[in-house]
Amino acid sequence: MQDMGVRVLFEGANGVRLLKGLWTALRISLLSMAFSFVLGTLLGCAMTLKNPVVKAAAKIYLEFIRIMPQLVLLFLAYFGMTKAFGIQLSGYASALIVFTMWGTAEMGDLVRGVLISIPKHQYLSGLALGLSPWRVYLHIIFPQSARRLIPLAINLSTRMIKTTSLVVLIGVVEVLKVGQQIIEANRYAAPSGALWVYGAVFLLYFIACYPISSLARLLENKWKG
Amino acid sequence: MLEIQTLRKSFDGQIVLNNISFSVQKGEVVVLVGPSGCGKSTLLRCVNGLERIDSGAIALEGRVLTCDKTKWPLIRQKIGMVFQSYDLFPHMNVMENILLGPMKAQKRSRKETEADAERLLTRVGLLDKKSAFPRQLSGGQKQRVAIARALIMKPAIMLFDEVTAALDPEMVREVLDVMLELAEEGMTMLIVTHEMQFAKAAADRIIFIDKGEIVESGAPEDFFTNPRTDRAKRFLNMFSFENRKKKGLGVK
Amino acid sequence: MDFAFMARYAPLYVDAALLTLRIAAVGIALSLLAGLVCGLTQYYRVPIGKNIAAAYIELSRNTPLLVQLFFLYFGLPKAGIRLSSEVCAYIGLTFLGGGYMAEAFRSGLESIEKIQVESGLSLGLTRAQVMRCIVLPQAAAISLPGICANMIFLIKETSVFSVLALADLMYVAKDLIGLYYKTNEALTMLVAFYLLILLPVSTVLSLVERKFRYAGYGSQSAV
Repeated sequence: MQDMGVRVLFEGANGVRLLKGLWTALRISLLSMAFSFVLGTLLGCAMTLKNPVVKAAAKIYLEFIRIMPQLVLLFLAYFGMTKAFGIQLSGYASALIVFTMWGTAEMGDLVRGVLISIPKHQYLSGLALGLSPWRVYLHIIFPQSARRLIPLAINLSTRMIKTTSLVVLIGVVEVLKVGQQIIEANRYAAPSGALWVYGAVFLLYFIACYPISSLARLLENKWKG
Repeated sequence: MLEIQTLRKSFDGQIVLNNISFSVQKGEVVVLVGPSGCGKSTLLRCVNGLERIDSGAIALEGRVLTCDKTKWPLIRQKIGMVFQSYDLFPHMNVMENILLGPMKAQKRSRKETEADAERLLTRVGLLDKKSAFPRQLSGGQKQRVAIARALIMKPAIMLFDEVTAALDPEMVREVLDVMLELAEEGMTMLIVTHEMQFAKAAADRIIFIDKGEIVESGAPEDFFTNPRTDRAKRFLNMFSFENRKKKGLGVK
Repeated sequence: MDFAFMARYAPLYVDAALLTLRIAAVGIALSLLAGLVCGLTQYYRVPIGKNIAAAYIELSRNTPLLVQLFFLYFGLPKAGIRLSSEVCAYIGLTFLGGGYMAEAFRSGLESIEKIQVESGLSLGLTRAQVMRCIVLPQAAAISLPGICANMIFLIKETSVFSVLALADLMYVAKDLIGLYYKTNEALTMLVAFYLLILLPVSTVLSLVERKFRYAGYGSQSAV
């Protein structure tokens, strides 16, 4: 019976369908990540400004987004927006919005943390060399920040990928949903299909995330100090 | 008291100590000197079982120290050690630092030990700091507490591993003074130091180690004024600026 | 906004919040235990054990909780292992949290300098005493920010347990939306209850964290 189950994965287009499902989830994370990088960098820079209004607004946004479970945010977008504004958002669109907002908050916090961690004397000694403030940023502050930021940002990507698995709960047909469909379709032919299909999904996520988080660790160790 | 015979120690095939034999009598102060990296710190760590020796033997009070892991805690109670870096436990205050050993390792009662600890703190001049945390102390104060912490175990011998090397110059004296007093009281001590003036004043015997071997040993007055070997002469010259002035030679 | 509706169904949310808290508390406690065991295994470089710990940490950190739960709850019964929803929730949360906690403990343990161990040993303490009295208290203080962040993370992760048909906050909210179409009310209460749980917890944790930071364990900062 067990070997019947494992065959489900290789029957017809099932394997390819699972991979396509994974791609749906990955695409959401990649797109959200791309938006988040840009918006988060802006947010992070804005948070280092002295302007109290900007600071307070950014802080409230950040705290709310980060303290709420991502699934709650997805529900707010998917069910709440429809009701409140009469906009019928698809699960896919809701996910993109939520993950971009969440990613922006997380990224903003990382950027802020990195920027304030660069010692002030780095900036001053740049100026002392006769560089213009703009050049100090370009040649001194930016390269140092990038080295600290990149491993953290890569780590954020793996968190994003893992979290996008939640989109199945707002009706997006991704890898878990495809898995369910495959299991349903083979309910009688392969009763133990669930074990193998969900095992495969587990493995697929691992294969997607592990290289990325290893890369982050590698860069972190390489650029330390 | 302490006897070391043909001790040999290597790290990854590289020999750091070879054919080391000497003994320390009860009440004797032996100072190990030599260039950085000559193996003198490693030697102290071997005596305390922090490093495993390749061959040879170490005996304390006539008993050979084995490599048996279970016996080390008991042996170490008889060997007090003070390290170069401030090694106080940062999460405990001065009193707790001192009480940890006697209460945990020797299972002595808090009451008895506390009186002992206060006596020792008075000795090193830090009774008023007994509730302070290590981060509130200067380097010299920390080292004095570390000495008190080692003494409370009532060790048969004290090992000092460059205890003033990491200190600011003005704090070196207060630590060395405590050690000199201990020497005068007849404590058996094995000291690694770069403070030659102190070595001259405190030592009963100097052992000069270079490249992992004992090159020369003798009374301090002989060693410092009349070194027998070229290696010892060269080493002692490093501490002298007179030659440079006279002959215009480099310090090295 | 239909406040009467909200008042009528508030007790459901209270029960759900209590369930969420219970699962989170048990899950966090077990995660701490699993994390400590793995962290120590890696710190002492226990042969084989350290490899198992490393593999487990990678698996738990590189897969989503939701997928872990699907495997536990829907997959395993096909192999004859039938677990109740609540047991699945505990196992899932511990499997996930253990990996994160292990990393926090390990980084704390590794940041304690070797000289601390050696000076403990040279006082005649046994290795176990050195670990208990000297290394662990300092490591725990250093790991604390990571541990606190992991706790918040784990509480948030409990939101997926509705897929196990556990009547947690998400489950109740979804039910009310489905049954009565009172979306605004259901979602408002959902957010309010999560804030009610998470805000005090995160405030308390950051206070604890600050207290320990000012205690200056192991830090070089002068006072």
